[in-house]
Amino acid sequence: MSDGRDDPIRISFTLNGEPTTVEVSPSERLLDLLRYRLGLTGTKEGCAEGECGACTVYLDGLPVDSCLVPAYQVRGRLVETIESLDPEGMAHYHARGTTQCGACTPGVVMTAEWILRHRDRLETHTVRELMAGNLCRCTGYDGIIEGIEGALEDREAG
Amino acid sequence: MSVLLPASLAEALETLAADPDLVPMAGGTDLLVHWPQHTELHERSYLDLSGVEELRPHRWETDELVLGGLTTYWDIIEDQRAWNELPLLIDAARQVGSIQIQTRGSWAGNIVNASPAADGVPVLMAYDAVVVLESTRGRSEVPLSGFYSGYKEMRRSPDELVTEIRVPRRAYDVQIFEKVGQRRAQAITKVGVAVTRSDAGWRVVANSVAPFVCRCPAVERILEQGTEVRGSDDLLPAIREDVTPIDDIRSTAEYREKVLARLLYHDLLDLCPSFG
Amino acid sequence: MLRREGLSKLTGRERYVDDLPLEDFLWGATVRSPAARGRISDIIFGDGVDWSEFVIVDHTDIPGRNAVYLMEYDQPALAPGYVRHVHEPVLLLAHPSREMARRALREVQVIVDVDPPALDFRTLPGPDLIQYGENNVLKRLSIQKGDVERALGESPIVVEGVYETGAQEHVYLETQGMLAYLDGEVLVIKGSMQCPYYVVKALKPALNRSEEEIQVIQTPTGGGFGGKEEFPSMVALHAGLLALKSRMPVKLIYDRTEDMVATTKRHPSQVRHRTGVDENGRLIAQEIEVVMDGGAYLTLTPVVLSRAIIHAAGLYHCDNVSILGRAMFTNSVPYGAFRGFGNPQAHFAVERHMDVIADRLRMDPVELRRINMIRDGQTTATGQVISDGVDRLQIVDRALALSDYERRRREHWVRNPEHRYLRRGIGMAAFYHGAGFTGSGEVMLDSRLHVEGNPDGKVQVLCASTEMGQGQVTIFTQLASDRLGYDPAEISIAEPDTHRVPDSGPTVGSRTAMVVGRLVERACDDLCRKAGVEIGAPGALVKEAIIAWHSAHPGERLLGKARYEPPPGIEWDEENYVGDAYGAFGWAAHVAEVEVDLRTYDVRVLDFVSVQDVGTVLNETLARGQVQGGVAQGISWALLEECVWKDGAMENGQLTNYIIPTSGDLPPIRVEFVEFPYEHGAQGAKGIGELPLVGAAPAVLNAVAAATGRQPTEIPLTPERLMALLANGDR
Repeated sequence: MSDGRDDPIRISFTLNGEPTTVEVSPSERLLDLLRYRLGLTGTKEGCAEGECGACTVYLDGLPVDSCLVPAYQVRGRLVETIESLDPEGMAHYHARGTTQCGACTPGVVMTAEWILRHRDRLETHTVRELMAGNLCRCTGYDGIIEGIEGALEDREAG
Repeated sequence: MSVLLPASLAEALETLAADPDLVPMAGGTDLLVHWPQHTELHERSYLDLSGVEELRPHRWETDELVLGGLTTYWDIIEDQRAWNELPLLIDAARQVGSIQIQTRGSWAGNIVNASPAADGVPVLMAYDAVVVLESTRGRSEVPLSGFYSGYKEMRRSPDELVTEIRVPRRAYDVQIFEKVGQRRAQAITKVGVAVTRSDAGWRVVANSVAPFVCRCPAVERILEQGTEVRGSDDLLPAIREDVTPIDDIRSTAEYREKVLARLLYHDLLDLCPSFG
Repeated sequence: MLRREGLSKLTGRERYVDDLPLEDFLWGATVRSPAARGRISDIIFGDGVDWSEFVIVDHTDIPGRNAVYLMEYDQPALAPGYVRHVHEPVLLLAHPSREMARRALREVQVIVDVDPPALDFRTLPGPDLIQYGENNVLKRLSIQKGDVERALGESPIVVEGVYETGAQEHVYLETQGMLAYLDGEVLVIKGSMQCPYYVVKALKPALNRSEEEIQVIQTPTGGGFGGKEEFPSMVALHAGLLALKSRMPVKLIYDRTEDMVATTKRHPSQVRHRTGVDENGRLIAQEIEVVMDGGAYLTLTPVVLSRAIIHAAGLYHCDNVSILGRAMFTNSVPYGAFRGFGNPQAHFAVERHMDVIADRLRMDPVELRRINMIRDGQTTATGQVISDGVDRLQIVDRALALSDYERRRREHWVRNPEHRYLRRGIGMAAFYHGAGFTGSGEVMLDSRLHVEGNPDGKVQVLCASTEMGQGQVTIFTQLASDRLGYDPAEISIAEPDTHRVPDSGPTVGSRTAMVVGRLVERACDDLCRKAGVEIGAPGALVKEAIIAWHSAHPGERLLGKARYEPPPGIEWDEENYVGDAYGAFGWAAHVAEVEVDLRTYDVRVLDFVSVQDVGTVLNETLARGQVQGGVAQGISWALLEECVWKDGAMENGQLTNYIIPTSGDLPPIRVEFVEFPYEHGAQGAKGIGELPLVGAAPAVLNAVAAATGRQPTEIPLTPERLMALLANGDR
């Protein structure tokens, strides 16, 4: 238990598979830690209120908005960002117009890939419902949905 | 700003007892909204509950479902028994924000954030849930329907934490949850209603139409007594007894009142012989 | 061809301005006016921060003219003592810590002696509200064709309607942001923008600097939609002022709320129609008045109004047309460029009005459109003869067929009375959009573009056009590679840097593929000429020629150049608004099917079909993405997006309260292209970016009218508004 007031907190966690130890300020968000201190700028800020999903990362394997996660809360846990994903897996998104301006894209891809890894969720949820936490202003969502459907079919077949 | 990081419930309660001004922090989905701009919040002190693992799990007892103080919406969405037995929990959970919020937001956090628009509270209240509060002084239980007394006012002392939410397991023949937001997904509720009927009787709970989520006793009376209702307008007098909607940036009082009546009327028309 | 920067975006490696690695810099912040109008009587600095740590800039720090120049010098960069809208910039602050900069914002109090603000653009202002000219009119425009007064008098039926649209916020996912620093004596500006040379144009007079002393570089831009056309000049100027004063790099990134409340939006409008028709539905006279809210400064309002009135009569032929346009000054945040640029407002009115006329005549709205739709040889309101060979009826028919319009309409007639609270309806809109700048605008822009052949034979396109998601980099690569016979991998598109690339005009107005793309082709031809190889020769020969040229001219640059040339026969009378307003029009039809829930008054779009003629489709995936995205913005402008105002300030400047659709709110948007190539566009392309948005709102509302039997006239048609519309006779 930390007892010093206002002091930085030393935390250790696993970031994209690597053990990581940093000192964080109590008021620091996971998003800021990733972007401004650890150089992982793939995670974007779009709204700072958990609405747009551009800052989506996985925390212990679940998608979360990193703008709403205090950095100290990731101590001892697993954090994965867009930088951890395999670029080889992007072909369907690329081909179907999933990205346009790209600002929402890393968050979109994080949620999309989570769906691909948890396709049993599609027994109860639609892709559109699961993607509703990622706002996109460019595509009208068709390019995103079709990219995911393409990847689903492909990996099913594979 | 400072944050205290207890590793057990006992430690958390002792810390809170020593400094009841601490703000308990669970998933952060309410507290961290626009965090960088709210520099005044950076001057407060927080009690981080994320390390109190014992608060996370939920469990099924013979006659109740017990949610932990940190049980998330997603924990329940992933529990098939909830889908079968208490489906309104699922309906509500999957309409809270998005999956990114559902994985972080907790049922207890939703209760103590005390928003009139809370999505988790109406269904819990319609299931007669009981809030379990603990402090170093001991443990108390408060029915959720009596938990709030005004806007953001509730029966929780500053040194207490919500450690459990007890949801009775009953047989229901009516279970309805309607959420009306500004869009179909990921929206803040403009008007919402949960309705259940079991051996314990009718429960009608509305949100976003009063300073806090509340039961609607006058509407419940109409249902219990089988009073004839020939159109949604017939429900308005009872609704006006029960709730006090307002105009705000999301909607109007008139809309909220009218839509609440229309949802109730149309959704119950086939279930209540007295509705025609 | 796949989007060139696609993988970089999909993997999060694309670096936007806030992603650039940077050390020893300051975070900028903007202190804004709390009042809509008044004299600044005091600025109080609280004691919650140590002000000696801050760089503070006010209007006296501006070396040149205190204005963000584009069309006029009317908009101050920093309020010089008087404010004209809430959130108008007053002071700039900078500090090494972003948190401290944010705290400081709360410590500054701008005290304003308030004067009464003009907030309603629809009514003429009283004397105490006049702040621009004699009557707050920012711009007046008129189009006259035939004799409307006489024709209306002779019309057996006259149908009137008033249509209103609200402000719309762009909500590009990347907020406004700029980085400014000094490189020697050159002020370098890097950031999110559509038009690097607009930034140069604004910075020169304000900073008293030459083009050589200002270098503007566009960084990857996370959406624009017009919101990054003129506004980034303001952000750049602010960042530049802070960098000049502090002599340190300054990063100025807006947070979402600041971006929503303080930047430009789509102009609110009120459009009146009085239309004379005969019993068969033939248009005899169209009298139209377009009034727009311009906000507190001019920005691009005159041009937006111009585009609105030119399109206001719709794609119909009518011998007698009178269109009056008026843009009003108000003490609101300035309205500015937004995809469609006045045309969505114009078409919302005319395409809604066509359904109202059809309803009055008890006529099929599709039939009414068919009868009046402009044919080759007929003229638009400005007298422009349409002769492009486009089969506009085919576009409409295709949209009807794809949407199964007739069958669905019959189904709805049967089904609607049977359901207690769900009502379905299907509606359509036919519309058009002039591509490129209006009238002589393209000539005035005088766009230039270079294609450089490098010593290794590779080729680089040098232009100021920008990629903001629409696909410019991919399209220009394709055009150059097709023209030169090159592998696309051997073609690069230079970073838009005003010290390296010529001014190819702004990336706006659906002009990039059509107009600037054509320059890419012509510059490629010029490159071949200069390299001494036949135009159209195989790529291997071109490459060889380029390499050979460099051996013969060591150390020299081989630049193929192109400069805009207007297509022959275009004549435009700017004075009287007569003539050829645009070189080419895109034509389209949308069909929307909706379901109205009478319990909640919620409108859900079930199906959406869009058939578009954008000339040659250069890249199917990108083009489809443009249409779907444009339609989505149009649907949500129609149903969801509402700026809530209080005393001139936007109250709902958060994404939780200003609602744009999620994936769960939109249906799949089905797109088909009908290609009628335009000989003066690159490979036959016409403009694409704006067209799809133009007709979406009227299509959706026409479907709501079909579903409910009422005629909505105002958007956004929120459930609250629909409730009011249906209030009488409601069950």
